[in-house]
Amino acid sequence: MNWITNSVLPKIKALVQSSDVPENLWIKCPSCSQMLFHKDYQEAFNCCSTCGHHTPLAPEERFKLLYDADSYETLEVSVRSDDPLKFKDSKRYPERLKATRTKTGTQDAIAVAKGSIGGKPVVIAAFDFRFMGGSMGRTVGDGLLLAADTAVAENAALIVVPSSGGARMQEGILSLMQLPRSILAVEKVREAKLPYIVLLTHPTTGGVTASFAMLGDIQLAEPGAIIGFAGRRVIEETVREKLPDDFQTAEYLQEHGMVDMVVARTEQKQQIDAILSMLMEARAA
Amino acid sequence: MRHFLDFEKPIAALEGKIEELRHLGGNSGMNIAEEIGKLQSRIDKELAQTYKKLGPWEKVQVARHPERPKMVQIIEHVFDEFIELSGDRAYAEDYAIIGGMARLRGRPVVILGTEKGSTTEQRVKRNFGMVRPEGYRKAIRLMALANQFNLPVISFVDTAGAYPGRGAEERGQAEAIARAIQSCLGLKTPLISAIVGEGGSGGAIALAAGNRVVMFEHAVYSVISPEGCASILWRSGDKAQTAAEALRLTAQDMHALGVIDQIVEEPLGGAHRNIDTALQNLATSIEAQLQDLSVMDAEALIKDRREKYLNMGDKALI
Repeated sequence: MNWITNSVLPKIKALVQSSDVPENLWIKCPSCSQMLFHKDYQEAFNCCSTCGHHTPLAPEERFKLLYDADSYETLEVSVRSDDPLKFKDSKRYPERLKATRTKTGTQDAIAVAKGSIGGKPVVIAAFDFRFMGGSMGRTVGDGLLLAADTAVAENAALIVVPSSGGARMQEGILSLMQLPRSILAVEKVREAKLPYIVLLTHPTTGGVTASFAMLGDIQLAEPGAIIGFAGRRVIEETVREKLPDDFQTAEYLQEHGMVDMVVARTEQKQQIDAILSMLMEARAA
Repeated sequence: MRHFLDFEKPIAALEGKIEELRHLGGNSGMNIAEEIGKLQSRIDKELAQTYKKLGPWEKVQVARHPERPKMVQIIEHVFDEFIELSGDRAYAEDYAIIGGMARLRGRPVVILGTEKGSTTEQRVKRNFGMVRPEGYRKAIRLMALANQFNLPVISFVDTAGAYPGRGAEERGQAEAIARAIQSCLGLKTPLISAIVGEGGSGGAIALAAGNRVVMFEHAVYSVISPEGCASILWRSGDKAQTAAEALRLTAQDMHALGVIDQIVEEPLGGAHRNIDTALQNLATSIEAQLQDLSVMDAEALIKDRREKYLNMGDKALI
């Protein structure tokens, strides 16, 4: 055990993993178990060609999916590495952050980019579920503020793509304070009369749904995504009844009036383009 | 019969002795006043010592004490007059939030507060203070009323959290909380929030994104219950005490982190031992905060809230 095995090797591994080299040639769909050719699966943005199952998509891939080709640049979110609560579970929080950063090669659970969709200026903030379950702490709040401020400054629409278990417990009450903070961020966009679209992806729960993620002018959701406030297990324990199999899915939410539409990845860019065209055209007139 | 918490056992024993003496004295006619006085001063000393050094987990117990002052008592002791208003105009009345118009030392205000209930029957009716979407939508409606008639809003929080139920999810629990926070932030009149017992997560901040937030000395405020945190991070509900310590949920920590503005002192041995004194302290604190804000117009109040929550998280515990 030395600094090479502890620090250098994981970084190299992260670098190698984040490149385009597939680990396996074939991948099994987590929903229907069909074996899929890795390259096809990647080109379909992690969607199964047999059953249509949507597997979580990293922010970088999301940007590629939604933005016009070569139109976007990622923006740097200022990263907080401090430990305001001196929080410790099995690990100290700064150590957990450091280990997660090394493992994932990303700085926190959000990535922000600006670019264009159908030629219209758009800022996208996308959550990264791999980073501590996409949990929302102060850095994620900062990312949302950066995205909102950029959208206002550049007269761009804002799209947020949440994928999060909720607030980051390691930041305690300060993560709860990201609920009002993130709402203030999207309010800036609303006040500037710019479109704010939420694209709910699997999973979006807890404090993230109870704040900015439910306040879009337009609410889109990915097929099969679990979206809710309380977790299924907690609800089952509280009400002691069996919940329907499709409880809290995007389709279930649409049926209950909570989202405008469920949109598959193959349709998302086109649909967003069409929505923005309408919203921004009337605005400009 | 008073409900004693685990760490209050020595106090319970002393109070038991007083009871015994009173019983004996009544029968024998002997003078026991002196002895009772001595015991009482020992109780006071013990209470002062115990409550001065309460740990986070003990504070959780105090904050959840069944006799802790509830919204019903707050309305009675803090306000002079109360007109209750009900319903969300969409689906139902939620008894877990009490709302209406009241006078704070003469001044008309809109009040909102979660109510856990004090008897079994009341607890069931109030859903143990766990609010459903219609409760938050009632709050939003009453905040709009406050805007319309230029009335300050005072909100009181004592809830384990928003209700985790099937119907609540189907009717948009998350959306209701998000809109309630949005309403707090956009209110054109002063909003003062008081964390009086348990400040449980999203269900608490839904009513508490105020210009000023005050908190009882032994109340707790947290992003997740210690039990919930323990089961996720320690994979064991038994670690609730450890989680309570890690979460830094006390009023003293909240003040150091800049999340609350003022700690409201509780009487000796906690608010439940002298509800009137506790609630007079609360009324005085709220009145002073309201006085401070009364010079601000709508724009200044909104800006004040915006800056407060945008800058939150820059302070750390030492």
